[in-house]
Amino acid sequence: MASLSCVLRSGRVTVRDALNQAMDEELERDERVFLLGEEVAQYDGAYKISRGLWKKYGDARIIDTPITEMGFTGIAVGAAMAGLRPICEFMTFNFSMQAIDQVINSAAKTNYMSAGRQSVPIVFRGPNGASAGVGAQHSQCFAAWYGHCPGLKVVSPWSAEDARGLLKAAIRDDNPVVFLENELMYGVPFEMSEESLSKDFTIPFGKAKVERQGTHVTLVTHSRYVSFCLDAAAVLAKEGVECEVVNLRSIRPLDVETIEASVMKTNHLVTVEGGWPQFGVGAEVCARVMEGMMGPHRPPH
Amino acid sequence: PCLQGARAVVSSRAFADFTPKASFEIKKCDVHRLEEGPPGQAELTREQGLHYYRTMQTIRRMELKADQLYKQKIIRGFCHLYDGQEACAMGIEAAINPTDHVITAYRAHGYTYTRGVPVKQILAELTGRKGGIAKGKGGSMHMYAPNFYGGNGIVGAQVPLGAGIALACKYLGNNQVCVTLYGDGAANQGQIFEAYNMAALWKLPCIFICENNKYGMGTSVERSSASTDYYRRGDYIPGLRVDGMDVLSVREATKFAADHCRAGKGPILMELETYRYHGHSMSDPGVSYRTREEIQEVRSKSDPISMLKDRMLSNKMAAMEEFKEMDSEIRKEIEEAALFATSDPEPPLDALCDHIFHNDLPLEVRGTTPWSKLKSSS
Repeated sequence: MASLSCVLRSGRVTVRDALNQAMDEELERDERVFLLGEEVAQYDGAYKISRGLWKKYGDARIIDTPITEMGFTGIAVGAAMAGLRPICEFMTFNFSMQAIDQVINSAAKTNYMSAGRQSVPIVFRGPNGASAGVGAQHSQCFAAWYGHCPGLKVVSPWSAEDARGLLKAAIRDDNPVVFLENELMYGVPFEMSEESLSKDFTIPFGKAKVERQGTHVTLVTHSRYVSFCLDAAAVLAKEGVECEVVNLRSIRPLDVETIEASVMKTNHLVTVEGGWPQFGVGAEVCARVMEGMMGPHRPPH
Repeated sequence: PCLQGARAVVSSRAFADFTPKASFEIKKCDVHRLEEGPPGQAELTREQGLHYYRTMQTIRRMELKADQLYKQKIIRGFCHLYDGQEACAMGIEAAINPTDHVITAYRAHGYTYTRGVPVKQILAELTGRKGGIAKGKGGSMHMYAPNFYGGNGIVGAQVPLGAGIALACKYLGNNQVCVTLYGDGAANQGQIFEAYNMAALWKLPCIFICENNKYGMGTSVERSSASTDYYRRGDYIPGLRVDGMDVLSVREATKFAADHCRAGKGPILMELETYRYHGHSMSDPGVSYRTREEIQEVRSKSDPISMLKDRMLSNKMAAMEEFKEMDSEIRKEIEEAALFATSDPEPPLDALCDHIFHNDLPLEVRGTTPWSKLKSSS
């Protein structure tokens, strides 16, 4: 039976509430899960994503940290090494740059370096990319930087269903997961299916979702830009151009199969993202598509 | 009792001939924000003494063997040797339980051993073979064991990790402590002060230990630190400065520190004054920034293994022959381990991509070209 206390009267759920409910359920399900970050407890979260959690779970499990990213990220990673399952919140991923050594060198690489002896079951989450007029230092998209590194799983939800399913999967994953949210999506409501509201609903990593079928051009995108693509698709449909919109959901691993199948169908590809173009997610998508078209076992197109 | 040639028949001596237990004066610790420090006396039983000697000598010989293998180019990459500092690793282990936790930086071979990894698996990891503790994929700086979190290559990064392990101990309520080690070179890292703050704020059972061997790579403490009183650098965290060349001092101080943490008083900081005979790593002869005379002086006056042996001999706690026999056994153990480490095969190429993830289904990994795929199992 689905139960989601935040389901709006319209039956829709905002991304914020989906994230909140997912964390609440996972905290309840597994005592080893805890949340730490700046303002996550008494402030209810800088963007209210953790609203109500401190009241329910208390100081031991919802931990306000000082403004010391490198230190608290290292502490979170250490706690994960010692058997807990932390959710480490970055107020925005721009601040994760201060702690990036702990994310990459202490978390991502450790299972490999230890030949599987030492796992790091941790989730790093927070808003990523551009917001509304917050300035250059607060607007960087980190999908490409984190997506570059083996040992990490990197996901970028768009809808409330994405947020709920991917976050649950991330918390249950025994590996370090970088969970890239978007501030401007937090307040956006979405329909949610009965299935997606169930307690064990998870979305597998490495599977993109075709949000809109089309035949003329493939739009590959992630996060907030799925909305942009759907809006563009509606405009283009009036001119007789049918766009296929592929919501990546997962940056690493990347669902190359779904992208390739779509491009084989439409013969046209546009990548749409919030990050900078050089060495970015779109660049990687294009490279993979081109390699796929040119390998020895693929016919030239 | 009769002596057969150069070897004593030790078993022919009655145990009553040896002092079973003796008390030794140990150097008083400098204290910071503490009413009193560890006791000025330490008790040592014969069994403990023999065990500490054996352990320290094994570490010593293992490190010297690593030096030899490195010079033969059988070990490559980074290799940071611990000889001279054995009393730190042994003293700490003697004061804590196997269920307590230890994390250190890259000069980690000694701790890898005291935390239970056999010499054979340490040397084979250094030579990059599949019989190594990390299957040949970690190398010198990335060896792990239960409750031992490496081996960490990024200077200072292990300190917040250690505070996090302590947080887990508190969270789980298991009365365990985490010993979090770093060097004098790391002691100025900002993230260490961030860890101090959170450990003190949340009363984490974390024993921060600075192994001060006087040089961060080639930079002496006077040239790197505005304050070289590393035991005071925790400010609001109580601190102890300890003679790190005396295994009993280290043990007593660590016991004191562990009791402090287990009593729920929060973190504590220890500075162990110690010394490394080798340079920073195998690519450093170690004499451009310090004198040979200094190294020789420490060797002759403060060697941790000699000090323990002399104490035991002068108190008739053991016979010279026993030490010689242990040395001979250790030599044999190291030789056998080295033989294994040089003859064991390297990990197979199809294991290259394993362990990218934990507890996952096997996945395909791109090889050198887009159509050459490698397999990764967890």
